[in-house]
Amino acid sequence: MGATQHPQHPELADTPALVNSLLNQVDQLITTQKLGQPLVIGIHTGGVWLAKVIAEHLHAPFGQLDIAFYRDDFSKNGLHPQVSPSSLPFNINDRHLLLVDDVLMTGRTVRAAMNELFDFGRPASIKLVTLCSVNQRELPIQADACALTLDLEVGQYLQLDGPETLKLSIIERANHE
Amino acid sequence: MSNLADLQLTKSGELRHFLTPEGLDRLMLERILDTADSFVVVGNQEVKKVPLLRGRTVVNLFFENSTRTRSTFELAAKRLSADVLTLDIKTSATSKGESLLDTLQNLRAMHSDMFVVRHGDSGAAHFIASQVTPDVAIINAGDGRHAHPTQAMLDMLTIRRNKGYFESLSVAIVGDILHSRVARDQIHALKTLGCSDIRLVGPNTLMPQAIDSMGVTTHNNMDSGIDGVDVVIMLRLQTERMDSAFLPSAGEYFRLYGLTTERLAQAKPDAIVMHPGPINRGIEIESAVADGPQSMILNQVGYGIALRMAVMSMAMSGQMQQRQAQANTPSSLTGKLRP
Repeated sequence: MGATQHPQHPELADTPALVNSLLNQVDQLITTQKLGQPLVIGIHTGGVWLAKVIAEHLHAPFGQLDIAFYRDDFSKNGLHPQVSPSSLPFNINDRHLLLVDDVLMTGRTVRAAMNELFDFGRPASIKLVTLCSVNQRELPIQADACALTLDLEVGQYLQLDGPETLKLSIIERANHE
Repeated sequence: MSNLADLQLTKSGELRHFLTPEGLDRLMLERILDTADSFVVVGNQEVKKVPLLRGRTVVNLFFENSTRTRSTFELAAKRLSADVLTLDIKTSATSKGESLLDTLQNLRAMHSDMFVVRHGDSGAAHFIASQVTPDVAIINAGDGRHAHPTQAMLDMLTIRRNKGYFESLSVAIVGDILHSRVARDQIHALKTLGCSDIRLVGPNTLMPQAIDSMGVTTHNNMDSGIDGVDVVIMLRLQTERMDSAFLPSAGEYFRLYGLTTERLAQAKPDAIVMHPGPINRGIEIESAVADGPQSMILNQVGYGIALRMAVMSMAMSGQMQQRQAQANTPSSLTGKLRP
């Protein structure tokens, strides 16, 4: 049911431009916040694709998180049927981290990801990097770098397709929750 | 065996009890292994714990002793953040005359969410899952000579993490097949996962009748039995069987079926050696092999915790969804089952 033409959000038509804008913001963030050599960590799955692009741009080490074991909706929705292992091939203690997700919406995924990160160690800082922020926050969590902020109608959500070509689009959910 | 599938799965096909791999399809067994792979990573974290089962209560019901299985289940539940209660039933209420049914009903009234059941009688876990407390997730931690599914599945995890696949593998299971509760589950799981060359190796006195009907080959000769195999699974020789004329002597058994460096050379050069433990050095396996580079024996212990975390979280997830589905059905008995 995915409709890709959304005249009210023309920026969505050009995902590569959004990614470039995000890379610029990340460069700025690293400079202004004096992050030195941050580690880049993507949240499964869209965040991982995006994190790879950022890590290549920065020549930085890259890791990935699957937050399935840390979600707050286990009682409601159970265990996600496809869990893929988290992989942080480095020590995060006292390091600056760039936590990357494709879309920031309620903030619950980011909360779960931060809980998981702290089970790996105690980072010096975590900065949140997201391609797009949707104004539906349920927790006090904001992005430090974000290429686009938008409002969505009820029943709409954003989806990043990839990984070869990254393409962000609005999907209409068939059944509203 | 659709009965076994029906008993273990919710209406939407999710795991809700884990009693035996028999009746579960390949997709489900692979999902268990995939989930366990992710829990292996958790075991390497600085904090080896996830909040998944926070606020859930897991009761270990051990009707017979098994220190190793009990402690790995306990650790698995704790790493999932569940509250864990371990009951050694032999020394508990049953000795005061309380029946098993009353004990279980009491535990259910305490809002237990999962029973991990170890029992000397075959079918005990099935009975509890089907007749006594169907709304509590039941994990079979070994029943009689029948099943020990988490041991069998941790062996599958060990094989997959080493070899990557099951098709075209040759697997030898060596030793006391007759009294083993694991061998049957191993055969079911291996076959479901696509392994076609399964060899049972041991003396005739320790080989079950008509086992060939399970699609395996039997070998009385160890050398030909493990010739060219990728995986050697040694079973523990239950020394208590020595007394009952199943075997001439420990020395004789080692000479014929003990896994030595020399003998292992018959298998493929990259073959792995597995053993559920505890090992009897010098009776079924030589120390040089048990401690050698091809041995996966200690890796199996770590994988066992991850695998148990996987089935516990999956069964808890399925069981909760089943309860919700029942709560949404007006004619349900949910109120009665969960006061």
